[in-house]
Amino acid sequence: MPIMNDTIQFNVGEHRLALEKALKLAPQDIVMEIREAGLKGRGGAGFPTGTKWLMALSAIADKKFVICNADEGEPGTFKDRVLLDEYTNLVIDGITIGGYAIQAAEAIIYLRAEYKYLHHKLERFLEEKRENNQLGNNILNSGFNFDIKIRLGSGAYVCGEETALIESLEGHRGEARNRPPFPVNTGFMGYPTIVNNVETFASAAIIISKGAEWFREIGISKSYGTKLVSISGDCKKPGVYEVPFGISINDLLKMVQADEAKAVQVGGASGQCIPESQFDRKISFEDLSTGGSVMIFNKSRDMLHILRNFMEFFVEESCGQCSPCRIGNKKLLEGVELIEQGKCSYTYLNELIELGKSMQLASKCGLGQSSPNPFISILTNFENEVFSTR
Amino acid sequence: MIKDKLSRTPVSQQPLVVHKEEQGGIGSLVEVEINNRKIQVQMGTTILEACKENNIHIPTLCYHEDLCLAGLCRICVVEIEGMRTLQASCTYPITNKLKIQTSSEKVRKARRHILDLLLSEHYGECYVCHRNGNCELQSLAKEYGVDGFKFGHITERRHSVDRSSYSVIRDMDKCVLCKRCVRTCIDLQEVGVLEATHRGYDTTISTFYDKPLADVICINCGQCINRCPTAALKANDPSDEIWVAIDDPKKHVVIQTAPSPRASIGEEFGLPAGHSMTKQLNTALRWIGFDKVFDTNFTADLTIMEEGTELLNRLKKKIVEGDNSIKLPQFTSCSPGWVKYIEHFYPDYLDYLSSCKSPQQMFGALIKTFYAQENNIAPEDIVTVALMPCSAKKFECNRPEMHSSGFKDVDYGLTTREMAQMIKEAGIYLPDLDGSGFDDPFGDASGAGLIFGATGGVMEAALRTVYEIVTGREVPFENLEITPCRGFEGVRQASVKLEGTLPEWNFLEGVDLNFMIAHGTANAKKVMEALVRGELENIHFIEIMACPGGCIGGGGQPIPTSPEIRKKRAEAIYNEDRGLELRKSHNNPHIKYIYEKFLIDGPCGHISHKLLHTHYVKRGKFIA
Repeated sequence: MPIMNDTIQFNVGEHRLALEKALKLAPQDIVMEIREAGLKGRGGAGFPTGTKWLMALSAIADKKFVICNADEGEPGTFKDRVLLDEYTNLVIDGITIGGYAIQAAEAIIYLRAEYKYLHHKLERFLEEKRENNQLGNNILNSGFNFDIKIRLGSGAYVCGEETALIESLEGHRGEARNRPPFPVNTGFMGYPTIVNNVETFASAAIIISKGAEWFREIGISKSYGTKLVSISGDCKKPGVYEVPFGISINDLLKMVQADEAKAVQVGGASGQCIPESQFDRKISFEDLSTGGSVMIFNKSRDMLHILRNFMEFFVEESCGQCSPCRIGNKKLLEGVELIEQGKCSYTYLNELIELGKSMQLASKCGLGQSSPNPFISILTNFENEVFSTR
Repeated sequence: MIKDKLSRTPVSQQPLVVHKEEQGGIGSLVEVEINNRKIQVQMGTTILEACKENNIHIPTLCYHEDLCLAGLCRICVVEIEGMRTLQASCTYPITNKLKIQTSSEKVRKARRHILDLLLSEHYGECYVCHRNGNCELQSLAKEYGVDGFKFGHITERRHSVDRSSYSVIRDMDKCVLCKRCVRTCIDLQEVGVLEATHRGYDTTISTFYDKPLADVICINCGQCINRCPTAALKANDPSDEIWVAIDDPKKHVVIQTAPSPRASIGEEFGLPAGHSMTKQLNTALRWIGFDKVFDTNFTADLTIMEEGTELLNRLKKKIVEGDNSIKLPQFTSCSPGWVKYIEHFYPDYLDYLSSCKSPQQMFGALIKTFYAQENNIAPEDIVTVALMPCSAKKFECNRPEMHSSGFKDVDYGLTTREMAQMIKEAGIYLPDLDGSGFDDPFGDASGAGLIFGATGGVMEAALRTVYEIVTGREVPFENLEITPCRGFEGVRQASVKLEGTLPEWNFLEGVDLNFMIAHGTANAKKVMEALVRGELENIHFIEIMACPGGCIGGGGQPIPTSPEIRKKRAEAIYNEDRGLELRKSHNNPHIKYIYEKFLIDGPCGHISHKLLHTHYVKRGKFIA
């Protein structure tokens, strides 16, 4: 599945020289360019990439690592798959540029277990890059040595969280680490490590190719550039789209011809579910942040059923390490079941919403901090619908 | 000489070490504001430590002083100004100016929610629980005034209780998944029997392929029990059977008490750590109904005679006779946890282990032979109980080879905690009692046997005797206190020069007797790895205790444990030794008596070999 609309940035032909251009710059200059572009992490959390790279560059260590987070596990997200499959060069160049920027010699692509079918293709591509002297020793005669290897995940959702991903790479149970220290100081095997999303690396390559100024012209203030969104659900044209930041949900729905939408889940299972009355809200880090997932539900869908689906997902995918997430999600799911049976009092519902807020505050990693989102947003925004039918 | 291997614990979970050299450097002191109080702390101190130093209480559950940081129960969360989420204070290092609130609305609500969640998953009722009154979850519930189950309560068992092990019983329905046992087993002891399995809500702590504990490579050290905040782990308690024996008029029930429980049992009665209760305990045991009360230190003295002689024999055979099949260094064998550890992890090195039984087992064999004969009691009517600081002793007394008297040498191993429970059940408040002595024919023992309880104690006791056998003079240390043996460093090494030897031992003239001491199996592993690499050729004698701190930190000791508590217990033991007249095993008149009357062919002679020595099993790591 290609990117559906006329792409703005992700044009393979246009960015062929990104790597060559990068290697002529000093690592600091690359980091400054990325910072100036205001690139924020495309995985969903939106941490400023330039800042991350700067911290890793300034960390003192004999080894540094680059990790490409291709563990695209958020329900409803499938844009990294398209990038890896059809824009491979852009991604690989982005990783190499990241490696050069923080002066690392090694990168690992943590590939989602379900994307195993891409493994061979990627390996062949890496081999080609090595033959073309775009990977390996003395890349493009710049004196920079860098190589990329691919490691497969084992299917745990939590391993998309960067520290759990690193634990998994080290051969341990996929469980989030304590932070601080952050991976930029103490990451893979204890070395400074940057972990970035596939799209982030591709965007970095684009920025080097076209310049920070060009990048900042797209999007809105504080959310620059474009975002790949993978739109699914009740619409005529689902797929991966490249949209500028700041686009409203209404415009998105028009684009994919979703006529009867009643609710849109932005940001996957851990995102927000918004009702029609809020469709003028915008995709951006400040308003509706998403790692790419946009799910559309039309009038025939039962919101409680949707919520149950999400909560079942979290009960199963919580790593089970910290108590708020391990037990809390189960209690929220049990709450949904009580509502289904018409046995949940408003008092208990409010208690569960308060519990959800505590989980957002007290959980150890992003999984538990965001898993109550659908519970809170669906039961707040669709309270009437949920309770009037029961 | 011994290199630290890379710890399995991820760097981010390891306790932060603040290096002294960094002091005085830029920013070595940081000013933070906790609850609107300005406080200066050292860079890298965790918020929890900073609060402790300043008497600000923060509740904890998964945190334990002995263990690497986890930050997973989240009960210790605090609010830091400018941060979206709450932070676990146990793991958050202070490196810049922070404004911290430890009991804001968000914090209190979150803690209460977490507590309610934990309680909702915790099976059972407090009043039918052996940790009633000493449970960290229960204390938290009290601290937060919990008076109901907000999110329900488990009413049916989900796991069966694993009673397979002679030593440790696992009840996973009581588990709160703090992973202290996992961190104890993997990181503190480096045994690695317990680990989390499954994911999310199904997460549980389990063994290799969920095998019963008796079938995996558990060494029974019980350190996990000592650190479990709830009743998920407990020792296999034989006190019901002991009561039956006491109540049976036909049975002659004798008990031996080890020094470490005596130094710690006061804690079970609310006394601070470091109060030795030896004499009061004797009285209590008689009140309970034990027919005789003996001192394990007697056989500790005997162990020194046997083990010391064994060492000298090994040295003689190797140096004088050039017998290269003799293995040196000789390892001590009094710690049953360590014995099982080496049987599992280094089965090819069992020849290095002293063949001496532990004092507990020596005593058992003597009671059902020597004592039975002297007092005309049929050995089958004798029930021997051993009060030990140890859960592994329960396994040890059930080893099939421990039947040298023709009967089960020691019938029951009882831990300090279980003993305290029996005393309480008998309506006795131990600290109120008057003291009384031990029973003959074994009588009061030497201070050398007493200090077995602390790490380095066996070595110190052995040196007091070996040095004197070889040179005819006392060890050249002030007041017989061989200070290099003392302390809590994981692996210690020292030497004593043998000079002015007696003619019989002149082949040892001028020899430096090199010895090492290690406690905790993680340290034992370091020593064994060095042995495997061939780096210990000039070492003669190595003492190893499976538990951190030695027996005073054993798996049967009162809960809680901490470095501070273990230090105080060790001090109690050393103080007791200092106050004794008899401080060398070979001077113990009762020891002389038994070698004259019973073990007539002397230390390591034929009779002693039959009763006081044993052999080991090459277990390896194969799990059926």
